[in-house]
Amino acid sequence: MTNGFLKNLFKRPVDSTMVILTFLATLIIVAILTVILTTITISGAPHLSWDFIIKAPEEGMTEGGIFPAIVGTTMLVITMSILGLPIGLITAVFLHEYAGEKSRLANIVRFAVNNLAGVPAIVYGIFGLSFFVFFVGAQIDNAFYSGSLKWGKPALIWASCTMALLTLPVVIVSVEEALRTVTQDEREAAYALGATHWEVVYKVVIPRAFSGILTGGILAVSRGAGEVAPVLFTGAAYFLPELPSSFADQFMEMGYHIFVMSTQSHDVDATKPIQFATTLVLLLLTFSLNFVAVLMRRRIRISRR
Amino acid sequence: MIDKRLINKRKVYNKITAYGITALSLTAVFMVLMIFVFLFKESSLFITSDLVKTEMRELGITLYDLLGSEYQSVAYPPKIGLQPLITSTIRVTFVAILVATPLSFLAAIYVSVFAPRWIKELIKPVIELLAGIPTVVLGFFALMVLATWIQTITGSIYRLNALVGGVALSFTIIPIMFTLMEDAISSVPVPMKEASLALGATPWQTAVKVLVPAAKSGVVAAFLLGASRAFGETMIALMATGNAALNTFNIMLPARTMAANIGQEMAEVAFGDFHYATLFLIGFILFIVTFIFNAIANLYVGHLVSKSLGKV
Repeated sequence: MTNGFLKNLFKRPVDSTMVILTFLATLIIVAILTVILTTITISGAPHLSWDFIIKAPEEGMTEGGIFPAIVGTTMLVITMSILGLPIGLITAVFLHEYAGEKSRLANIVRFAVNNLAGVPAIVYGIFGLSFFVFFVGAQIDNAFYSGSLKWGKPALIWASCTMALLTLPVVIVSVEEALRTVTQDEREAAYALGATHWEVVYKVVIPRAFSGILTGGILAVSRGAGEVAPVLFTGAAYFLPELPSSFADQFMEMGYHIFVMSTQSHDVDATKPIQFATTLVLLLLTFSLNFVAVLMRRRIRISRR
Repeated sequence: MIDKRLINKRKVYNKITAYGITALSLTAVFMVLMIFVFLFKESSLFITSDLVKTEMRELGITLYDLLGSEYQSVAYPPKIGLQPLITSTIRVTFVAILVATPLSFLAAIYVSVFAPRWIKELIKPVIELLAGIPTVVLGFFALMVLATWIQTITGSIYRLNALVGGVALSFTIIPIMFTLMEDAISSVPVPMKEASLALGATPWQTAVKVLVPAAKSGVVAAFLLGASRAFGETMIALMATGNAALNTFNIMLPARTMAANIGQEMAEVAFGDFHYATLFLIGFILFIVTFIFNAIANLYVGHLVSKSLGKV
C-alpha cells in the first residue's frame, strides 16, 4: 500500500468508515489485554511481598503466602517436562528427519498430534483420571503393593503425565519449527564426511536446533503452569500441610489455588487480596516464560536470515 | 586404517535408533487411541456394568432420562437430563463466538490490509500476550471484575450468567481466530491484491471482494477452531457462568456448560458408579464434537493446528 492510497482513502466515505471500524476492532483487542493486566496488577500488587512467596498459607488461607502452591506448580512442570520433552523431541525428529514426504506413518502421527492439540483440557483431566489413576496406577498397586492403595489415587506423577500429554503438541510443533531452521547444506556436509543418519541427527541437527527445542520446552512449561482442568482430579489438592515428598503424593497448584479460593472458600471476601496476588504471580510466571520464548524465537529467526 | 568393527557398530546404532525413534513417535497415536478407548469404555458403563445397571434400577432411572430437560445430580432420585447442559453450552459458546468473530475478523482485515508497519509489529506481541494468559486467570478476572461491570451495564438480576462467561471465553478465542484469519488474509498472493488495486478498486473493496474471498477457507477454519475451543473450555465456564443447569436459551440466566459440569462434579463421584459414567458420557460427547470440528477445520486448511500453536 503506497502513501498515495492512504491519502486517497479519506476521500471515499465507505473506505474511511471501514478503516476506522476495523481500527476500532483492533483497538478493542488491545484494550481488553490492557484492562485485564492493569486490573489484576493494581489489585494484586499491594499484597505481593517476599513473605507471600516464601510462606505457607495461614489462618484458613486469609494470611500467609502461597509457597506450597509455587513449589507444587514447579514440581508439576518439571516432572511434566522430563516425561513430555523427550517424546515430543523424538516425535518431531521422526516427522522432520526420518519420515519421507509421503510417509503414511508420518501422516498418521501428524493426524494424532493435531487431534491431541484440539482435545479440550477437561477431557485430558478425565482421561488422566480413568487411564493413569484408575488403570495404570491401580495395575501398579496390584502388581507391586498387593492391592494396597499407593499409586492408584490422584498423585503428582499422574497429573504430570496428563499435563505432558496436553503439552505434547506444543513441543512437537515448536521443535519441528526449530529443525526446519537447520539448512540442508549442514546435513549434507555431515553425510559427506561419512556420518550415518543417526550421527547427522544427533551431532549436527539437534545441537543446531537446540535453542529452538528449548523454546518449545519453555512454551510447554508456560502452558502447563497455566492449565488447571487437567489436574483437577489427577493430583491437585486445595490445602496440604506438607510439601509433596514422593511422586505418589498430591500437591498444591497455583491455578487450582486461585480457582478454589475464588469459588469455594468459606469467606471469599477475606481472601480477595490473596486471590489477586496469587493471580498476579501466576500471570507474571507465565508471561516471563512466554517472554523468554519470544526473545529466543526472535533470535533464532534473525540468525536464520 | 578403517576399522571394520567400528563401522559395523555405527551401522547397527543407526538402525536401532531409527527403529526406536519411529516406535516412540507412535506415542501420540497410541495416546489418541487410548483417550478414545477409555472415554468410550467408561461411558459405556451404562450398558456393560452390572453395578451401574443395578444402581439405575434402584433409582428408577432409564437411559431415556439422559434426554430429559432437567439435570440435578444430587437430587434423589437424580435427574440426569443432558438438555440443560447442552443448551448452556450452546448459549455460552454462542456469546463467545458472537463477540470474538467480528472483533477478530475486522482486526485481521485492519492489520493485514490497512495498518502501517509499526502497528503490525505492535499488535503481534499483544495477541501473543493475550493468548498466554492462563484461562484460570481469565476466569478469575471475569468472576471478580467483568461480572460486576456487565451487571452494572445490563442490570441483570444474576451477577454470573451465560453472557459474562461467554464474553470472558471470547478472550481466549480472539487470539486463535485473529492469528489464523490474519495469516489467511496476509498470505493471499500480492499480485492478486495489486491487480485489484490497479483496476481502480479501493483498499476496502480489495479487502472485501478479493482478499477475503481468496482467504475464505482460512477464515472459516479459524472460526471453526475458535468455536471448538470455546465449546470445550472449562475453567472460565466453571468460574464465571453461575453454574446453574437451566434449560433455556436466555443468555442473561446462569448456565452450566458440559465441560464445567465435569469439572464441578467429577471430584465427588465414586469410581465406576452411575454418576461417574454420566460424566464420562458428557466427556465423550465433548471429545467427539471437538474432534469433528477440528477435522473439518483441518480439511479447510492443512497444518492449521501447527499454525495456531506456532505462535506463542
